[in-house]
Amino acid sequence: MSALVLRGAFPLLAANPSLVYLDSAATSQKPALVLDAMRDFYESDYANPHRGAYALSARATARYANARATVARFFGAGDEECVIFTRGTTESLNIVAGAWGRANVGPGDEIVVTGAEHHANFVPWQQLALERGATFTISPLAADGRADVAALVRLVSARTKVVAFNHVSNVLGAINPVPEIAAIAHGVGAIAVCDGAQGAPHMTVGFDSLGADFYAASAHKMLGPMGTGVLIGKREILEAMPPYQTGGDMIAFVGDVTTTWNVLPHKHEAGTPNVAGAVGLAAACDYLSSLGMDAVAEHERALVRLAYDRIAGIEGVRVHGPRGDERSGVLSFTVADIHPHDLATLLDERGICIRAGHHCAQPLMRRLGVAATARASFYVYNDEEDVDALVAGIESAKKVFVGA
Amino acid sequence: MADTSALYQEILLDHNRRPRNYGPLVGATCVERGVNPLCGDELTLWLRMDGDIITEAQFEGSGCAISRASASMMTGAVKGKTRAEAEVLVERFRGLVTGHGGAEELAESMGGLRVFAGVARLPQRVKCAVLAWHTLHSALAGGEKP
Repeated sequence: MSALVLRGAFPLLAANPSLVYLDSAATSQKPALVLDAMRDFYESDYANPHRGAYALSARATARYANARATVARFFGAGDEECVIFTRGTTESLNIVAGAWGRANVGPGDEIVVTGAEHHANFVPWQQLALERGATFTISPLAADGRADVAALVRLVSARTKVVAFNHVSNVLGAINPVPEIAAIAHGVGAIAVCDGAQGAPHMTVGFDSLGADFYAASAHKMLGPMGTGVLIGKREILEAMPPYQTGGDMIAFVGDVTTTWNVLPHKHEAGTPNVAGAVGLAAACDYLSSLGMDAVAEHERALVRLAYDRIAGIEGVRVHGPRGDERSGVLSFTVADIHPHDLATLLDERGICIRAGHHCAQPLMRRLGVAATARASFYVYNDEEDVDALVAGIESAKKVFVGA
Repeated sequence: MADTSALYQEILLDHNRRPRNYGPLVGATCVERGVNPLCGDELTLWLRMDGDIITEAQFEGSGCAISRASASMMTGAVKGKTRAEAEVLVERFRGLVTGHGGAEELAESMGGLRVFAGVARLPQRVKCAVLAWHTLHSALAGGEKP
């Protein structure tokens, strides 16, 4: 099975032909096209947007607005003014917890998260609950690591103000039924907040028909640059909630005593925006669209199915999460008697990059009953040879440790 | 791509499989807990001090082979040492695994511990190797009574 995109499109992979990069769930490599788009902005249209009266500033403003339109299209958000550029998923979720949450969650209210959340969709809610005197409830997981929908239905009540959950688990690759969970939240008058960091890079989001009130994602996991992300929200909620940060660009009028806010999306984007980041993300969106998100998803599914079958077949290996054909391109596993960090070091010796540790999901590690896992994750540039290298690397590490 | 063959030698793997001085120490005079928040490694170190001398040292915890073997060998190395001698060892070990302070000469005087010289090429694993030693340092600086 070959890669969906040849490595030549990615300068780092082209320069390191023997590198086996299996850590795209942490961050993806960048196609030249994305880097070129960002460079072109700096070289051709660079100025501070929204401010200058001169033509160059107007061009920068247009680049930024065009990027927003492209990103909105990619995420299936018809109302592009509801696409807020942020620093990444973590900031996006902190905006929701910090601004919407502080205004809407009070003593006695309840916040529900699943037991499989990344710390970015767990800690902000936990801290908000502590600050507001609200109840913080961790909803149980089904055996395959997805949210236990039946348990969630029983758990939520009129006190529930937020249900926060991942689109795809960064550890297990388990894909949550977003519309179903959102409907449960809406059934009790709560909002549904979806962490899409591991969803958007790998499958069609379709925000307008997804059901979630908020969807957060990071550019760097979907071929775009680090330091850029999005928060997509429903207009009435984005308009009603207070801004998370205040300052330049986000105001309508600043009086001596009070200030009024700018319209969407600017109200939620204080300060000079990261235009190059937005331009890079837009280029990445166009690139992924040209590949076709169905093709991307199918490529990953085929690779992870292959990897699952071969790795689960190694003696002493335990693969966590759903079966091979029911997951996104993420595979977490543990090898008996080899700590994941030692495995990662031994694989690194062979030029294989995997992640080892708790993957910023300590609550999930406790639920899995492990301190850490090894995680291999696949993307458009990976192929069957990468799986072969991983399998050979695991076998070799076993020889070192067990002498088998 | 680091050459790790020098690191994962039999001595390290043996200490990982069968850690010495493992488990709670009866009659300990101080206990100290060490954690590595980045990777989740944790260990508890018990010492029995007779005046200025470490007469017994034991540990328990979970972690990778590097942190386990390091703790196993450290507890063996400091037994019978004075506080000051143990602190010198802590400094030498830190120098060894970070590649500072004449690691080669230090390694000569450290017996089996010299296997950890390989960590100097793996900056992201230095924390694993020094966890037990940092915990020892904290214990000597005034660990809690058990």
